[in-house]
Amino acid sequence: MPECFGAGFRTLFYKEVMRFWKVAFQTVAAPILNALLFLLIFSNVLDRHVTTYGEVPYTAFLIPGLAIMSVLQNAFANSSSSLIQSKVTGNIVFVLLPPLSHQEFFWGYALACVVRGLAVGLGVILTGLVFVDLPLAAPLWALAFAVTGSLLMGALGIVAGIWADKFDQLAAFQNFLVMPLTMLSGVFYSIAALPPFWQKVSHLNPFFFVIDGFRYGFFGQADTNPWVSLGVSLAATAVVVALTLALLARGYKLRQ
Amino acid sequence: MTAAIALQGAVKRYGGFTALAGVDLTIERGEFFGLLGPNGAGKTTLISLLAGLARPSEGSVRVMGYDVVRDYRQARRAIGVVPQELVFDPFFTVREILRIQSGYFGLTRNEDWIEELLQGLGLADKAEANMRTLSGGMKRRVLVAQALVHRPPVIVLDEPTAGVDVELRHGLWQFIQKLNDQGHTILLTTHYLEEAESLCHRIAMLKAGRIVALDTTERLLARFQAHELEVRLDRPEVALALGGEAGEDGWVRIPFEHYADIETLLRRLREAGAEVRELRVGEPDLERVFVEVMRSA
Repeated sequence: MPECFGAGFRTLFYKEVMRFWKVAFQTVAAPILNALLFLLIFSNVLDRHVTTYGEVPYTAFLIPGLAIMSVLQNAFANSSSSLIQSKVTGNIVFVLLPPLSHQEFFWGYALACVVRGLAVGLGVILTGLVFVDLPLAAPLWALAFAVTGSLLMGALGIVAGIWADKFDQLAAFQNFLVMPLTMLSGVFYSIAALPPFWQKVSHLNPFFFVIDGFRYGFFGQADTNPWVSLGVSLAATAVVVALTLALLARGYKLRQ
Repeated sequence: MTAAIALQGAVKRYGGFTALAGVDLTIERGEFFGLLGPNGAGKTTLISLLAGLARPSEGSVRVMGYDVVRDYRQARRAIGVVPQELVFDPFFTVREILRIQSGYFGLTRNEDWIEELLQGLGLADKAEANMRTLSGGMKRRVLVAQALVHRPPVIVLDEPTAGVDVELRHGLWQFIQKLNDQGHTILLTTHYLEEAESLCHRIAMLKAGRIVALDTTERLLARFQAHELEVRLDRPEVALALGGEAGEDGWVRIPFEHYADIETLLRRLREAGAEVRELRVGEPDLERVFVEVMRSA
């Protein structure tokens, strides 16, 4: 086994998973409840008026969107909150003193984000099934986009967590970048319903491709070809992962 | 044999500020070494370089022969650091913390040593307690256990007894002394100079990022004329005329070299008509040496 995936990495991954699992009410149950509230409000208001992809009821359309939005937001929250808390309280020293490489550091944090993202996403889907039948036309596509998206956001969370010195800086990153980009990316609507200008704008947002591709996994149809979505999602993830690894290798804001 | 710690021309700059200005220091294996200096002297920066928390701007830093930048894995396996701040992870119990810290070093089957640490540091009955529920002293013990969990040959203690009670301090020093007797190299920074004096074989004093004194504790103590006859007199000016120095609360300190000189000094005070109201003999101590070194450096 390569040294970068040895016991040190496994321990950091385990620690990061346990960190959110020990407070699962806050880190898993609460986001599922949030998504459920969105579902109840929007489906009650719009279900009888809107259909998408031809005959797909709005509630069914909405559930995968809410699920992947929760995946993305919680993947980001996991690494960013863990790192900022560790930095502010000083216990980051416990992961900096051991002989962990920057790759082990990255993958330990990032894969725990994937686990939390998938746990929340699965919870939202299962809860949604109570309200509406949901097809699962291409489950591997759904899984591929959920994993890619959560890795992208986990890496972005690491960048935000090591960049931010204070909680309000992290909140700004979350509220002014992550939230708008995830919510304005086709979670609540098909971009086919948008004017041409806003359709073009949507195509500049990488989260649109993650969400659209994830939805393809359920309905077998989407606004964009799933291969294109996968290509864009993987490219965006590769860029952010490379940036994060480069920052960690330099010891940016961690090792002076 | 390779030295436990070796710094050669180690410089650390933070922007325009030079925290370490070219430090050469070798600490041999098995030493109990003290690193002293006022706040801002560079002690914590030096420890950060050893621990890999900071990277030297110039020069080299080695732990057990391993360069802390190039051979960082081996260097970090060779050193255990007890940080100055009372930091902890609030999500885990004491035992979980030690298992996790162990795992970071690649030690997945370390239960026996963890148990020994828990016993040795008086943490056995707190092993399943969450870190949040522990007192400050107990948290400090956990920090020590975390630093020792991978059995490092070099142990760095950055002011480990700051703000802890006397009982814990004694217990901690007994434990650390035992580790030193077993061959571990100890590097200690402390503001309690009497601790450094009684524990450390050798001491370095830092000021403004430079080593201004480096010697055995014995020779440092002998370097300055430190015996003093301290007296309170009805006429202090008599003692001042004998070379004494006025201190606080009316005490006058008269330096002397040999204990036989005391009788002579008292006779001369008597002959000058001064009445001795109180008397004590000041032994040489590290605090006086420290003050003297810092004043003259």
